[in-house]
Amino acid sequence: MTALLSLAGVTAYYGAIQALKGVDVEVNEGEIVTLIGANGAGKSTLMMTICGSPRARDGRITYDGQDITQLPTHLIMRRDIAQSPEGRRIFPRMSVYENLLMGAHGRPAAEASETMEQVFGLFPRLRERRLQRGGTLSGGEQQMLAIGRALMSRPRLLLLDEPSLGLAPLVVRQIFGAIRELNRTTGLTVLLVEQNAFQALRLAHRGYVLVNGAITMAGTGADLLARPEIRAAYLEGGH
Amino acid sequence: MAYALQQLINGVTLGMIYGLIAVGYTMVYGIIGMINFAHGDVFMIGSFLSLIALLGLSALGITSVPLALALTLLFAAAIAALYGWTVERIAYRPLRGSFRLAPLISAIGMSIVLQNFAQVSQGARSKPMTGLIPGGFGLTIEGFTVQLSYVQISIVATTLSMLALFTWLVTRTSLGRSMRACEQDLKMAGLLGIDTDRTISLTFVIGAALAAVAGLMFLLYYGVIDFYIGFIAGVKAFTAAVLGGIGSLPGAVLGGLAIGLIETFWSAYFSTQYKDVAAFSILIIVLIFMPTGILGRADVEKV
Repeated sequence: MTALLSLAGVTAYYGAIQALKGVDVEVNEGEIVTLIGANGAGKSTLMMTICGSPRARDGRITYDGQDITQLPTHLIMRRDIAQSPEGRRIFPRMSVYENLLMGAHGRPAAEASETMEQVFGLFPRLRERRLQRGGTLSGGEQQMLAIGRALMSRPRLLLLDEPSLGLAPLVVRQIFGAIRELNRTTGLTVLLVEQNAFQALRLAHRGYVLVNGAITMAGTGADLLARPEIRAAYLEGGH
Repeated sequence: MAYALQQLINGVTLGMIYGLIAVGYTMVYGIIGMINFAHGDVFMIGSFLSLIALLGLSALGITSVPLALALTLLFAAAIAALYGWTVERIAYRPLRGSFRLAPLISAIGMSIVLQNFAQVSQGARSKPMTGLIPGGFGLTIEGFTVQLSYVQISIVATTLSMLALFTWLVTRTSLGRSMRACEQDLKMAGLLGIDTDRTISLTFVIGAALAAVAGLMFLLYYGVIDFYIGFIAGVKAFTAAVLGGIGSLPGAVLGGLAIGLIETFWSAYFSTQYKDVAAFSILIIVLIFMPTGILGRADVEKV
């Protein structure tokens, strides 16, 4: 089976600082794969590098059998890839409705309104706040909006960066439930970056551990959860 | 009373022209955070293009004034848009991601290039044009006749319809949504599959087209243009954009009206020589008490 997304020996730099030091990651169709690691390990950089910003300096990124390493960001994102980025990046002076519409950029209007109904079904809060400005939403609502916006393009691969950051446990559970539901019912492939390693590993089929820009461990979620060094580094007191 | 009414009419007309130019400054600032100092010169080019088109059309024997004006407007807006696109492409885009001052310096260079190009190709002397739309309404109050010329009516009507069209574009269309998305978060816009370079180009194109319309209005109103009008009008319109709150579209129009009115009333009641001093002094006073301008917002957002 060939992977839907594969990174081989990818390096990336911010100025002179090397943020990724030859990363190999594979994500198969229909999988939830999580990437855990400490602050500054390069998790978000990895997500952004897949999207071509910053561009990988060495190595190869292939998606659906095609090399996307050198493509400009907007062309990568038009290939059924969507990202709900670090910090959510909601358009603050657009309504919830407009934020969602932006997610369906370049798609037919009829399809967009159909998808929006599905997103509202997943996150009923967003329907209630439809006309409210993005910047006035609470953190949890913004996170739902960020995920909803990413889903508006009907992606095959969803890149989800820290969906639990700063949220109440109840909201986190709701969001993780929604991800699991989407994966089960629609076969959506998810690459999930998380600080909350315990929950992420329980949700994911497989996981990678990123330390200082390099992958140090890989395995199934259950396998990684059981390892003592993971427990010591990422889980103790973490949940 | 009648005299003041006359100044109000003149001030609003002038303010509309400033407002149209100011929209271009504020749009570009909103989207890439730079002041496009060449924008005033694109306005000047638009004015020359209008003059050339009008002369050409009359040489072709087109005598219908509304038709000639409509064709001129389209011609000037289209060619000026091409100028706007080219300026962005060759002077600003290669510098994106470079340090903040680089595109600013490049913009000043572009401004000088356009000015000198007009001076060399069109000559340094001012170009007069006979009034195309003579006449108007006169209303005599207390022995003073208030003039409302057809030119003034056309300027205000054209400006308002351009602004309505533009507002519709920004608020209702997919292109407008993309422009606002780029303005609010350029990186995120790219992550949603928006071609951000193209959106930025289109912002310059639209700004330049509006400036060309202002150029035609200026030509009709004053009847004389030269290669230097872009500098003065540009500085005024830039002031208008800052006064209204840079980045805000309604603010740009409001700022334009404010500058036009201040200038006109000062000239009417005090002295013509000091009208620019008055306009800029008020700018300074407003900015001391409202640093973000009339409709500007402080860049504080809930995270």
